[in-house]
Amino acid sequence: MAAVNIIDLTPLDLALAAVLVLALAATSTWLRLGLGRQLIVSGIRTAVQLLLVGLLLKVVFDADRLLWVALMAGVMLAVAGREVMRRQRRRFAGPWGYALGTVSMFISAFSVTVLALVAVVGTHPWWEPQYAIPLLGMMLGNTMNGVALALDRLTAAAWDRRDVIEARLALGETPVQATAGMRREAVRVGLTPIINAMAAAGIVSLPGMMTGQILAGAPPWTAVKYQVLIMFMIAGGTGFATLAAVALGTRRLFDARERLRLERLSHG
Amino acid sequence: MPILTLQALTVHGVGPVDLTVGPGEVAGLTGPSGAGKTLLLRAVADLVPHGGEALLDGVPATAMPAHRWRAQVGWLPAESPWWHDTVGEHFTPCPGVDFTVLGLPAAAGAWQVSRLSTGEKQRLALLRLLCRGPAALLLDEPTSGLDATATRRVEHHVREYLAARQAPVIWVSHDQEQLARVADTIYILEGGALAPLSRPRHESAREGTWRP
Repeated sequence: MAAVNIIDLTPLDLALAAVLVLALAATSTWLRLGLGRQLIVSGIRTAVQLLLVGLLLKVVFDADRLLWVALMAGVMLAVAGREVMRRQRRRFAGPWGYALGTVSMFISAFSVTVLALVAVVGTHPWWEPQYAIPLLGMMLGNTMNGVALALDRLTAAAWDRRDVIEARLALGETPVQATAGMRREAVRVGLTPIINAMAAAGIVSLPGMMTGQILAGAPPWTAVKYQVLIMFMIAGGTGFATLAAVALGTRRLFDARERLRLERLSHG
Repeated sequence: MPILTLQALTVHGVGPVDLTVGPGEVAGLTGPSGAGKTLLLRAVADLVPHGGEALLDGVPATAMPAHRWRAQVGWLPAESPWWHDTVGEHFTPCPGVDFTVLGLPAAAGAWQVSRLSTGEKQRLALLRLLCRGPAALLLDEPTSGLDATATRRVEHHVREYLAARQAPVIWVSHDQEQLARVADTIYILEGGALAPLSRPRHESAREGTWRP
């Protein structure tokens, strides 16, 4: 990808953009919306976090070593797992709360990213940091959303509808049969954002990655192809991660005697 | 001839409970609120972790997958939930079920669940359980919320079922008059212990006064 005619941004340019956030914060304070402080803190976090990641990416790209890429991927996965856990009202208690989402994302996001790098993009080496890290980042960001939404829906439904689950078990249904409706609903909720994003891509919105590549000087056609690739990867990755999380979560809701064990959920 | 046996069954401060209910027999179970009657039935249905064992015909629950055990010992909760939109969808495993036996219209299958009264839900839940043909019954207040006529209908229908199937039944009720009508032996669960409340009642009481 030859970067031609890139207009680099100076700190002054970014400061000008920051004025917009400041103006919004001032307006919100004036309107007593109570969002002024939050806006400024979030704005500062955006700038600081992205600058740090920029520095880190530079180090990893320059080092060009598998160990560094693996380390960074591990940190990204760990943070995504924590975020999945944080977003659930009734998460699984103990290590399961963290492990369920993390394992599902690991199985799905990592395998899809490796598949894309090896079979589709064909980078040499396959873990080429400039490709591996951004692709994995986008995969994890999206699978994280899907898995968090699906697990939240699954555990909330089990909690709210325990009488239905037990009544169905009492009629001789297996846990899989007794939770069929709520498992379907959980997967549907987890997959809706990516289905909507695919349906609206290019019509309602120009996806962020494609826009970024075009702004960075890539030919639109190249940017479009990468965007299609990433959309399909995200759909597959999110879908399989969500299915895995819902299957693992359902298993954890029941014990070996097919009893609903809601005490395994925290009372959040 | 199915026999339901509880051997040293313990669950959350209830028990150890030892009980044998023979074929076609009704063990009435009463006791103050919160004594653990519902909990005991849930333990027999293996819906909660418990100690001891429940056996049907000498075969322990743990000898088979839990869903097969539960299909055999039909548990009817005091308030049965509904999860499909229409009544009929809950009866998919038993096509041709006769709703009229409990005084409901033959077309009750087309009813919307959201419009059912408490009494209709109660009777339909019993039919939903019986149509699957469990070999034993665990009934938790099966007639609460029913008027006298509907109550007698339910009692009669259960009696017919157990006569035909020789099913052992544990029948939980606060209504001791009802238990005197339906049960062969009445037990009281109090302070975590199960004790017989009455001697086996007179056979003539079984006939009751209600005629369909």
